[in-house]
Amino acid sequence: METYYDPKDLGSFAEIGKDAPELAGKFFDYYNEVFAEGELTEREKALIALAVAHTVQCPYCIDAYTRACLEKGSHLGEMTEALHVVTAIRGGASLVHGVQMRKIAEKLSL
Amino acid sequence: MDVATGRLGESFGERLARHDLSLTRERTTALQVNLGLACDLACGHCHLEAGPARSEMMPRSVMAEVIACARRFRFDSIDLTGGAPELVRDLPYLVRGLAPETPRLILRSNLVSLEGERGEELLQLYRELKVVLVASLPAGNQAQTEAQRGAGVWERSIRALKRLNTLGYGLPGSPLELDLVSNPSGAFLPPPQLQAQEKFRRDLARKHGVSFHNLYTFANVPLGRFRRFLERSGNLEGYLEKLSVGFNPCAVAGLMCRSQLSVDWCGRLYDCDFHLAQGIFHGGGERLISSLTELPPPGTPIPSADHCYACTVGSGFT
Repeated sequence: METYYDPKDLGSFAEIGKDAPELAGKFFDYYNEVFAEGELTEREKALIALAVAHTVQCPYCIDAYTRACLEKGSHLGEMTEALHVVTAIRGGASLVHGVQMRKIAEKLSL
Repeated sequence: MDVATGRLGESFGERLARHDLSLTRERTTALQVNLGLACDLACGHCHLEAGPARSEMMPRSVMAEVIACARRFRFDSIDLTGGAPELVRDLPYLVRGLAPETPRLILRSNLVSLEGERGEELLQLYRELKVVLVASLPAGNQAQTEAQRGAGVWERSIRALKRLNTLGYGLPGSPLELDLVSNPSGAFLPPPQLQAQEKFRRDLARKHGVSFHNLYTFANVPLGRFRRFLERSGNLEGYLEKLSVGFNPCAVAGLMCRSQLSVDWCGRLYDCDFHLAQGIFHGGGERLISSLTELPPPGTPIPSADHCYACTVGSGFT
């Protein structure tokens, strides 16, 4: 069955540079620099990327960073905890807007 | 990949040629002794398909030939592996015979075979002779360890490591060396060795009070039980491609097959334990250790096979 997402397409990511090579070059250079070991380890950065991948719900990123996390030495317990951090922030971001709701409701109400 | 043969497009030999490299021996400094396929575990990554149902074990007569060989050539290190060496009846005879013949006698243990009265006797022997222990622990957590090695293995492994620490193995500054070996618990590559070592050290110390000296990380070799897992799970093509794409020409110089000989439980010689699993003999034909009158000279060609890609991926398998 044809779908919009094909795992093999991830390997063609670099082709995005064909019609705008300078921008793509800058992006990929930046991308590679971001994930290199710095103040954070490559393993820690991969865990952050995995969590963000779930937030933006990108199947390519989830595939790539699940593999990256395993290959950088993270285990499923740590990866799952990272997703709960995302979930807490996403849920919290909704809930904290309840303050706005309450303020507006208070202003409108007797 | 050719699905019918399970082969990659480019053989390992062709890849070497494309990089103007060849696989030849350096000076032989190490002897690896495979004592047989009997094991109390049946790990999912095992290229030899060792396990409780296997009965292959090195008899005392072959052990005598191995000891005689060690006396003839004085290897820098001798590395005992299996299966589980502890299950081999005459292991104490072999260990006592080899210890005076090499500055570094290494024994690879699955940890669980160190349990019980027999295990305790062996531990005392290892300590007395300062045998270097290299213990298998694929991951610093229960789930991944048991996915590869079987239910209940994590707790038994931690108990064995604690016992080793009590005996002085693996403690900072101790001459009783305890190293760990970690293989990925699936169709993915291992993390860089130093980063993994740091994490294992932190996790095992913090959660279990266990210490060790060095951690070695190795890629799983697509042979035996691990290959069947790859086939069954639909990961074979992707894994072989990963090994091929990750080929590091610089790793060829440090490959272990260039400086070691491997001998099986029957006394037959190979260039490495993976060739042993595939029946690829040292020198191109069956030859026994008893007939080894001189070590192969530097420059002797080593046969290659596609599983060699697992030893040249990333920083390599040395």
